[in-house]
Amino acid sequence: MAGVTPSQTIGPYWHLIGHDEWADLTRFGAGGERITLSGRIVDGEGLPVSDAAVEIWQADPPADDRFPGYGRAATDAEGRFRFTTIKPGPVPGRGNSLQAPHLALTLMARGLLVGLVTRVYFAGEALNDTDPVLAAIEPAPRRATLIAAPDGPGAWRLDIRLQGPDETVFLEV
Amino acid sequence: MNEWNPFRSLAAGTNPANDTPAYRSTAFRHPTAPLVKIPQTVTEISGPRFSPAHFPPMSDLSTVNGRAALGERIIVAGTVTDEDGRPVPNTMIEIWQANAAGRYDHERDQHDAPLDPNFHGEGRVFTDADGHYRFISVKPGSYPWRNHPNAWRPNHIHFSLFGPGFATRLITQMYFPGDPLLALDPIYLAVPAGARERLISRFDLALTAPEWALGYRFDFVLRGRSATPMEAG
Ligand SMILES: [Fe+2]
Repeated sequence: MAGVTPSQTIGPYWHLIGHDEWADLTRFGAGGERITLSGRIVDGEGLPVSDAAVEIWQADPPADDRFPGYGRAATDAEGRFRFTTIKPGPVPGRGNSLQAPHLALTLMARGLLVGLVTRVYFAGEALNDTDPVLAAIEPAPRRATLIAAPDGPGAWRLDIRLQGPDETVFLEV
Repeated sequence: MNEWNPFRSLAAGTNPANDTPAYRSTAFRHPTAPLVKIPQTVTEISGPRFSPAHFPPMSDLSTVNGRAALGERIIVAGTVTDEDGRPVPNTMIEIWQANAAGRYDHERDQHDAPLDPNFHGEGRVFTDADGHYRFISVKPGSYPWRNHPNAWRPNHIHFSLFGPGFATRLITQMYFPGDPLLALDPIYLAVPAGARERLISRFDLALTAPEWALGYRFDFVLRGRSATPMEAG
């Protein structure tokens, strides 16, 4: 069996493969409920992470020619990122379970030798109370670090803290 | 074994730790709480698909508008497979690198080395049905960084791979054989011994084009699938 290729940092110059339009998952004409997701990423000193690549992936609505299901955004000088996408619905979990609507989010940056993975849920969804991934997070107050808050009509916001008090919960998948 | 089988966990000793003090930028960026392991679901087992129609290939980094970049022309080729040796077909590989002088065509790179108007440094290729990829470039120069006094990165090419699922996402760097800077590089050395050697390409005379370009072979290996379908997990 061949060994898996190890991870290395994306470094500070990944913008060479960066394309701003990738942050808009509706750009190929997808239908559905359009939303924005924005947020700010800070490090353990509270300083903005201004060179990160943020990626989202969602299994719902299913990807097709008009909806890639995947997007990538660069953080700005203040550590802010912003996506436009279609709001996901619930998707199946293991067994007969149902997962609350969510996006998978990957964060890569200088100083991260392995990308960090988390999820973005949406405040107010009834299924959040029974979602198996949220339920696996202890202590329970940390679950809030994965739940985006409403930020105006069709707008959602989730800030990410890499380190320290209120550190975002990161996942091993 | 099918597309709904989850991906196997990484073998211990594969990846670097995010808490790597010798690489200074990790100090305030690594999470302190342990990662929460979750079972893979449709979110992690499925993943984005990229079509060459929406994401056009750029397989020659060695020219801009038909004019040749300065430096040693190279051919880089290899395969993308999973741990079981199964090819990963039609998968997108993103490529970026410094020019032959060790300078990125990037506004934040202030290294006092010349830019090359005939080198930009972005590439994108897709594997074929058998998992093979190939592109043309110039050998990137090493460059200083401020991690520690007199710190220089070994020659390297950056890669981004997606693979068949969200859980197979990989960002990595390819190095060149015999580079004396490898033994001094905290980013390379952050990978456990026994695994870091996988990041060094091999010079390949068979891949070398006579009178034209040196050939380097580099094979990517992504996580394989477990034998048990998701529903049984
Ligand atoms: Fe680099």
